[in-house]
Amino acid sequence: MTTMNKSLIHLLLVCCGTGCVANGAREVYQALKDNLTSDDKAVLAATTSARATGCHGLCAQGPFVRILPEDITYCRVKAADIPEIVEKTLKQGEVVKRLLFRDRQKKTLVQGQNDIPFYQRQTRVALRNVGLIDPSSLQDYLERGGYRTLEKSLLDMRPEQVIEEIIKSGLRGRGGGGFPTGLKWKACAATPAQPRYIICNGDEGDPGAFMDESIMEGDPHSVLEGMIIAAYAVGASNGFIYVRDEYAQSVASLRKAIEEAENHGFLGENILGSALSFNIEIVRGGGAFVCGEETALIASIEGNVGEPRDKYVFPSEKGLWGQPTIINNVETWANIPVIMERGASWFTSLGTEGSKGTKVFSLVGKVANTGLVEVPMGTTLREIIFDIGGGVPKGRSFKAVQTGGPSGGCIPSELLDLKVDFDSLSQAGSMMGSGGLIVMDDRTCMVEVVRYYLSFLAGESCGKCVPCREGIKCLLEILTRICHGQGEIGDIALLEDIAETMQQASLCALGRTASNPVLSTLRYFREEYLEHIEGQRCPAGICRELSEFWIDPVICTGCGLCLPRCPVEGIKGEKKQAHWIESDKCIRCGECIDSCSFQAIKVK
Amino acid sequence: MSEQEYEENIEGFRKIISGFPGEKRYIIAIMHELSRCYRYLPRSALELTAEYVGVPFSQVYSMATFYRAFSLQPRGRFNIKVCDGTTCHIKGSNILLDEIHKNLGIGPGETTADREFSLETVNCIGACAIAPALLVNERVYPRVNAAALKEIIKEYRGGGDNDHHE
Repeated sequence: MTTMNKSLIHLLLVCCGTGCVANGAREVYQALKDNLTSDDKAVLAATTSARATGCHGLCAQGPFVRILPEDITYCRVKAADIPEIVEKTLKQGEVVKRLLFRDRQKKTLVQGQNDIPFYQRQTRVALRNVGLIDPSSLQDYLERGGYRTLEKSLLDMRPEQVIEEIIKSGLRGRGGGGFPTGLKWKACAATPAQPRYIICNGDEGDPGAFMDESIMEGDPHSVLEGMIIAAYAVGASNGFIYVRDEYAQSVASLRKAIEEAENHGFLGENILGSALSFNIEIVRGGGAFVCGEETALIASIEGNVGEPRDKYVFPSEKGLWGQPTIINNVETWANIPVIMERGASWFTSLGTEGSKGTKVFSLVGKVANTGLVEVPMGTTLREIIFDIGGGVPKGRSFKAVQTGGPSGGCIPSELLDLKVDFDSLSQAGSMMGSGGLIVMDDRTCMVEVVRYYLSFLAGESCGKCVPCREGIKCLLEILTRICHGQGEIGDIALLEDIAETMQQASLCALGRTASNPVLSTLRYFREEYLEHIEGQRCPAGICRELSEFWIDPVICTGCGLCLPRCPVEGIKGEKKQAHWIESDKCIRCGECIDSCSFQAIKVK
Repeated sequence: MSEQEYEENIEGFRKIISGFPGEKRYIIAIMHELSRCYRYLPRSALELTAEYVGVPFSQVYSMATFYRAFSLQPRGRFNIKVCDGTTCHIKGSNILLDEIHKNLGIGPGETTADREFSLETVNCIGACAIAPALLVNERVYPRVNAAALKEIIKEYRGGGDNDHHE
């Protein structure tokens, strides 16, 4: 470990993303502030500054305190650790080893963020500033080159040139559909009606996804800058950011950013002395998944029930209040300034033939390094889940990865070498969606997961069209029966029939894609359905009516770990001798399975 | 305040509603603000809203029932939202719901008799990396298990300083 020169100016970055805040990051930051400004440390305060930043990505190990320029990353920091960090690291130049990241595979301690395997394979474009800047500081954003491209676009380029550059970059909408962004802009600019509007879709309703949240929270100005550039390109006068109800921190962060941008002339009348006048307003959503669909979102901003309409005319021609409207999601907007700065050809050097650039994924579920990951399009699932994510924890085996939220599908282990982009995921029967990757292990029942998605969608279908409203309900009923051990042989054909009808006949994408979880699991995990229906057995041990647990006496060491975890005292046995489960007591909660280090507890 | 007193608090509602422009597009924002102050949407407040923005009451009512953020029933002082996003679901959010039922005797959509706690499930709070998670008012609790849940409930039961946690 290196020692440091004490005269250096230290920059301390404290992760204050939602995950870390829940784990006490605000208290860590406050403790740091208090320590740096206390009387006897005044000298230190002069050479050190601390920033509360957005998400550092590796949420599983937070809260983080990252120290620059030495690049020391401390993990799982508590407020009580701060005096030691200040004393040892800042004053004496020593590293506090117990707070470093532990690389379990190599059995070493890792000092710098860039040496942690989780970060090594990432390319941060949309997340370029997240975790490095204080989102409430415009100054921080400016230091990172912020609003420079707005200036360049506004003063040196014609609107058509801006649109041309975005078209050339091949950027496709990151909200899930993957529609070419530049073409959307071009269509909007070509529609004669005025006024025109810009919308940022920050609804992010997919359960299991939080990348847009992290950008809105951690780098709000990049979203604003993207929107202002678009406003110039198509001649729009007003912008709206629709943020989902649950994201209170995102709203606060964006609100501050808008205020600062207005104060400095990046928003408002005659931006940077040009002819462009543009304002942005935040609209807080009401907590409806379907409002992520663009026409439903527009209805919601207008003050209506969030029901979608048929898109025979695109919002780029007739959108908000019937006017030409560009609607893109948060991550798409965050990509705009960097494309304008570094150029379309730089952007196209990243990614695959049909999908350029990078994609931010939220890597969660049964994976060691949960968090946010940004990789070039075309990175394989195996690289993301195993090299970056550190694989499935607790010695269990990988079963599937769910992509695209409730509208997506489950991808099995045979397809782990799939290069992830818009097209490959669609071909595999799933979709990119907004970028949630939910890893599932052998303790996940695919039928039950699909039942879960359908119950989610049943609650979220707006009910406007019959195929979606009734179809989801029927699918859910059948799946619930199967999970309760009342499945019938004809159910699979019935599921397929209903699912295919919904795909063809539903009004909006929610209904058309609602059957993806059903169809993709029937494609890859049909055996598991058959096990439930014909074999009356749930191999993952999740569906209670179909599971029975037993302890393999050959494997069980009698360590006794499972005994206290059983809520009904259904496990018996002496120490160091094989245990057994009294099946009439067992409520099949699975606590014992999850507590066993030897995988001695089996499912019938 | 009893439900009846809420319903009669016309001046209070008017004050909140008139803080927004009288346009249809502010209905959701008005309802958010009413919810924040009263923890539900009293019927008379919705009637005033409809009148103020100039739409039929049926439209305001349909919005109040369509969007999940709003409730027509009074909620407790501490609103527990258990995340039932995919990740929380596969990491045992149903166990948390069972435990809350054991501890407080309420299921999703219900409020305790003393109006202290109410329970809801939400689809995802964006804290998937620290699943299973729950919210009490606006504070996020990470990796909650049965033992932690007991502590959280105790904390709010003993406390009583609502603002402190918001």
